[in-house]
Amino acid sequence: MEHGGFFEQAFVYLAAAVIAVPVAKRLGLGSVLGYLIAGAIIGPFGLALIGEAGQDIMHVAEFGVVMMLFVVGLELEPALLWRLRASILGLGGLQVVVTTAAAAGIARLLGLGWAEAVAVGMVIAVSSTAIVLQTLEERGLLQTTAGQSAFSVLLFQDIAVIPMLALFPLLAPRGAEVAGGHTWVDGLPAWGRALAVLGAVGGIVVAGRLLLGPVFRLIARTGLRELFTAAALLLVVGIALLMSQVGLSPALGTFLAGVVLATTEFRHELESDIEPFKGLLLGLFFIAVGASIDFALVGSQPGTIAALVGATLLGKFLILLGLGRGFGLSGEQRGLFAFALPQVGEFAFVLLAFGSSLGLLAAEVASPLVAVVALTMAASPILMLAWERVVAPRLGTREVTAREADEMHGEAPVLIAGFDRFGNTVGRFLRANGVPTTVIDNDSDRVDVLRRLGLPVYYGDPTRLDLLRSAGIASARVLVVALDEPGRNIALVREVRRHFPEVRIFARAEDRNDAYDLMDLGATQVYRETLDTALRVGVDVMGALGRRTHAATRAARTFRRHDEAALAELAAVRGDRARLLGVARERIAELERMLQADADEPDLERDAAWDPTTLREEMRGT
Amino acid sequence: MPRVLVAFAHPALEKSRVHRALLAAASRHPAVTVNDLYQVYPDADIDVGREQALLREHDIVLLQFPMYWYSTPPILKLWQDLVLEHGWAYGRTGHALAGKSLACAVTAGGPREAYEPGGFNRTSIRQFLLPLESTTRLCRMTWLPPWIVHGTHRLDPEQITRAAAEYAELLSALAEGRIDPVRVAEADELRPIHWTGGS
Ligand SMILES: Cc1cc2nc3c(=O)[nH]c(=O)nc-3n(C[C@H](O)[C@H](O)[C@H](O)COP(=O)(O)O)c2cc1C
Repeated sequence: MEHGGFFEQAFVYLAAAVIAVPVAKRLGLGSVLGYLIAGAIIGPFGLALIGEAGQDIMHVAEFGVVMMLFVVGLELEPALLWRLRASILGLGGLQVVVTTAAAAGIARLLGLGWAEAVAVGMVIAVSSTAIVLQTLEERGLLQTTAGQSAFSVLLFQDIAVIPMLALFPLLAPRGAEVAGGHTWVDGLPAWGRALAVLGAVGGIVVAGRLLLGPVFRLIARTGLRELFTAAALLLVVGIALLMSQVGLSPALGTFLAGVVLATTEFRHELESDIEPFKGLLLGLFFIAVGASIDFALVGSQPGTIAALVGATLLGKFLILLGLGRGFGLSGEQRGLFAFALPQVGEFAFVLLAFGSSLGLLAAEVASPLVAVVALTMAASPILMLAWERVVAPRLGTREVTAREADEMHGEAPVLIAGFDRFGNTVGRFLRANGVPTTVIDNDSDRVDVLRRLGLPVYYGDPTRLDLLRSAGIASARVLVVALDEPGRNIALVREVRRHFPEVRIFARAEDRNDAYDLMDLGATQVYRETLDTALRVGVDVMGALGRRTHAATRAARTFRRHDEAALAELAAVRGDRARLLGVARERIAELERMLQADADEPDLERDAAWDPTTLREEMRGT
Repeated sequence: MPRVLVAFAHPALEKSRVHRALLAAASRHPAVTVNDLYQVYPDADIDVGREQALLREHDIVLLQFPMYWYSTPPILKLWQDLVLEHGWAYGRTGHALAGKSLACAVTAGGPREAYEPGGFNRTSIRQFLLPLESTTRLCRMTWLPPWIVHGTHRLDPEQITRAAAEYAELLSALAEGRIDPVRVAEADELRPIHWTGGS
């Protein structure tokens, strides 16, 4: 096979990605696995569509990792870190340390050298941020105790990768250092190197504060979008270069730079400019990793691989369970926490690739490990399914208690899907007024509390049809759709409308676009979360300025009526433009249409009957 | 000294000429508490406890409102319905208001002649307010005839200022107990002669 020109190569990579990733996502495997599979397919052990060029690609792709760490740095929010410090440092720190130690110990027992064993331990310790966050978010579980704990652990791991990358060269056998070329600090003593590093980081801080703003504003004034992107890329490349010149790894250096630049006003600009490159290059990186798996090696020892996958999952699982208990997670949440995080994550590929290039990890170790890591990731969706369908219903908070199941019959209750701050208010209000309500919610801690208070609650994903059925949707007269995730509200309305056309659906919408979707899908009544509150603020402002409160209140009602009518009208106009055009631009265009509609409103003659002016004029005239 | 509570009802004060001036006069008066119903209850969600407490603290209740369709603006009707509870304002044990007086300060678009026996409406404003008079009696209170600003549509600013000044005098007279309920019992409306001591 001719591995020829640039276009052929690019075509093969892109085609593999475009085909494999959607398929993998469809199967619930996530995009990282999709890229890996694509790599395996086009790699030397698959269709052999790429050859030595794979190595060059790998170098380019590694820059994706550098960018990822830059973005990780940019996204670190000091306030968030501080708020979660206990769980990040405690839970996250212990998870990484304990898992690393355990895995390293086992690797040592299996006959690896110390340095190599520790490296393997670190590889095993990280979980997959991409998979876990997506899984929890899809199910609306991110706000639960388990979700928050998982988030903390992942955050700690993301940060811990930096010192790990710094540690790897120290673990590597001497002399085997990557041919990094010369750096400025080669001849310097240790303190000189340290000073150079401090100087470089300090330089970035100062330049970030003083230069970045003017330069970026200058570029912004040219009005050339791509120049902005070029500048952002230049910045990252420059930092990577500078950092390697003072002897830091590019990854560590850009991470630090990211943290430093996180507080500048250009943070979001930088992030959104780098993001597509990061995504594409990381995809390329994972493809390259997939292509590098030595399937001959892996295929010769299926038993070993299977045992390693099982041991990894089980070991991490048990450690997570123990930590969950230690940090006071309730039974159910502990289970969810442990079932969510036992896979090994995408950072493992970074560490494995880096370790191999340093000569720290032998090919006989790295290759099967890549396969093991990939398989644990592939096992994630299956584990989640097992948790949801098999384990949780038996062990944790029950979907229904027997008493409730009896009570439900014959009653025509109001169903409330989702009981966070929104559904919670609706439910409390209805209950205070003696309206029988049934709640469906998927936060087990919350469900436990409601149960203790004697409310009929069904536990589980409210978008599941079987759960809706057993909660009594067939006989319910009203369904309140109040999940905090617009996408899931929309899915729920679609599902319910298809199977239960009779029930009246009162749906919560986050913004106008959700409102459009929910209306299209046949929700009876759509409520934008912020509309009424915002109007109340408007009324109070008018009152504070000395306007009559009665008039202001009536004006707010008129405004809402008008806004709702306009919403219905604009819903017809909108088509699919919102999706095709950039969302932000569409928002602005819509704001313009809204303001236009306000101006066209002829309803200024409100409450004309209370106005005696015309009568007075008539009387004067006679 | 008896304290006066003005229960004020105008749904669109921002469009008012006469009541704006009258209300200003009442607000300035030291012996008067103004309770601006549409302003306090923009949702018509009347706080019964607050209203009853106000009534308890005052000796004279003055309902101030524009004549709307030969009656009061609607919030005053709601106010009566909700605040004058059985067992509190009337009924065997309802003595909270006993001994207090109630009067009205009314503005009307129609001129005085229109409310005279041969006039367009054939009925006096006092007679149009008969439901309020009966309510007053049921609550064991003393009914005083209404004080009226007639022909509001034709009033010029100076006349409005004069009406407001007369209103301030009325409020003082009420507060100082200078109006004798027995002497005015049969009058169609309260006029300055009723408190300046003339005959
Ligand atoms: C809805 C409405 C109904 C009215 N009904 C009457 C009425 O029945 N008899 C009358 O004399 N004037 C009537 N008027 C005239 C008002 O009483 C008059 O406009 C008001 O007293 C003027 O006071 P203001 O300037 O404070 O609003 C009515 C006015 C409105 C707006």
